[in-house]
Amino acid sequence: MSSTVTSGGERVQRGKVRAGRPGAVWALPAVLFFTFFAVVPMALAFYLSFTKWDGLGDPKPVGLANWQKLLDDPRLTQSLTLTVLLTAASWAFQTVVALLLGVWAAGRQRNRAVLSAIFFVPFLLSSTAISVLFYALLDPNFGIIQKDTLGSSSGAFLAIVFVGGWQFIPFHTLIYQGGARQIPPVLYQAAAIDGAGRYRQFFSITLPQLRHTITTSTVLIVVGSLTYFETVLILTKGGPGTDTAILPYLMYEAGFKTYDFGYASAIASALVLAATGLSLILIRLTGFGGMRSTREGM
Amino acid sequence: MSHDTLPRPTTTDKRPERRRPEGLRRRRHWTRHANPLAGLGSIIWLVIVLVPIYAMLSASLTGPDKALTGNPLKPPTDPTLDNYNTVLNSGFWHLLSNTVIVAVTVVGIVLVLCVPLAYVAVRTRTRWSGAAFRLFLLGVAIPAQAVVVPLYLLIAKLDLYDSLLAVILPTAAFAMPVSVLVLTGTLRDISEDLYEAMALDGASPLRMLFQLTIPLAKGGISTVVIYAALQAWNGFLFPLIFTQSDEPRVLTLGLFNFVSQFGVNIPALLASVVLSGIPIFAVYLVARRALIGGLMGVGGK
Repeated sequence: MSSTVTSGGERVQRGKVRAGRPGAVWALPAVLFFTFFAVVPMALAFYLSFTKWDGLGDPKPVGLANWQKLLDDPRLTQSLTLTVLLTAASWAFQTVVALLLGVWAAGRQRNRAVLSAIFFVPFLLSSTAISVLFYALLDPNFGIIQKDTLGSSSGAFLAIVFVGGWQFIPFHTLIYQGGARQIPPVLYQAAAIDGAGRYRQFFSITLPQLRHTITTSTVLIVVGSLTYFETVLILTKGGPGTDTAILPYLMYEAGFKTYDFGYASAIASALVLAATGLSLILIRLTGFGGMRSTREGM
Repeated sequence: MSHDTLPRPTTTDKRPERRRPEGLRRRRHWTRHANPLAGLGSIIWLVIVLVPIYAMLSASLTGPDKALTGNPLKPPTDPTLDNYNTVLNSGFWHLLSNTVIVAVTVVGIVLVLCVPLAYVAVRTRTRWSGAAFRLFLLGVAIPAQAVVVPLYLLIAKLDLYDSLLAVILPTAAFAMPVSVLVLTGTLRDISEDLYEAMALDGASPLRMLFQLTIPLAKGGISTVVIYAALQAWNGFLFPLIFTQSDEPRVLTLGLFNFVSQFGVNIPALLASVVLSGIPIFAVYLVARRALIGGLMGVGGK
């Protein structure tokens, strides 16, 4: 490290333009670390998807066998459909509730501040803790609803959507609250002079003004819906049958239950392709990755 | 009415404006009439938030003999702390200290690696620093689930399987992309003039980093601390797959194991959930403003 410092220090004398700029070498530790633990594994996942490997010994190349198996697996279509449905349902639930709560919480009376603080509490528990909590509360003998909610296909699906919402709506409410506070009040005053009512104001001012907040929140919900793994593993174990087996869960079962790591890697690679494609589309559409300052609005 | 709009404060800080007269006028505008629908909606959500929490607290105070007879919404007839004792005696402190070690180390690694990277990405405009930044931008899209099999292979080859490091290293790596985004966002706000002034005084880049950049980037740095700590605290997948024995077990995995360990003893299970939430809840009570401000930063707004 110290040699970099002196090389950077020498530059100070050389001229004003490059004065005191750090060498690119400073970025190297972070790049190497991230490459080793995130980028290399991603490439390795593609390699392993063309091999047969049971976790012991060395992976043996088997060509396209795993991919063929994946395409023939009826669970893949089911899982992809399920992932899309889960994302769409979570988006609808979380966006509607968080948007309304956030706009409401952006007002300034005392009880709103107190309620907002209470509303935030679920977010403080980890996904695991929340899944365990609802696992207990949905228990057919013990729980609030004395019915086997998780035993039915639609019940299990709705439970996952609800539990995800219960956990993440506080966070999205916070984002919308911040967004709504930045809407210039003059817009509402002008609308009020023109005789627009509260609901007209909501649809003609609040919603359009919040469009960037909506895209930010949407990106986070879509990318985050892949992380419902804990919830699925603890609440439903992918069941009943395979009705809630999202892609990460299929991958986990193939790899760490049946020790078919080659096949698990093929599923993982499909997941990377789907996630990267989705993220690139969202980043392109929304400019989310733009180098905007994060300080505005804080 | 029109002069109402004139003294509109444009500051981004909300607190002082609340005390000013024009703030009062604004408040009247927002809440001129009660909005019964919004009020009703917020009460419904209050019930949805509080009922599970209430049921959890009440059931965790119920003796195991009474647990299976009643519905969890009834208040416990004679509250007992037995369930909490059971959990505390089942290795809870060990799980907690492991989790604290993981969280602190992850935050340390992320800061030590990401602050210099963001500093370079903002201060130099070479091809290499741009490429480094884009690597992390793309990294936001890598789901941890997708790389867990090859990481398992790497961890095994490094002989780290079933150790706390096996959890710490990948967790830190996967907390880095968002941290880099947040940090570069904050560092970009520091004026170039300040750097030039220090450069004229002959300051080295290292001195600028410590005397200028870090003090001025406190907001972004605390966001990253909170974000990375939460990631480490709530992480489940890496501990699940990279550890096996009791020794390196963390809190989330402990909770997962309690599900099978306590089986039908749901009150004890819920007591363990309450206990796992207490440390974060304590932090929330002390540092609510910083936590919420930090999380708004993660939201990218």
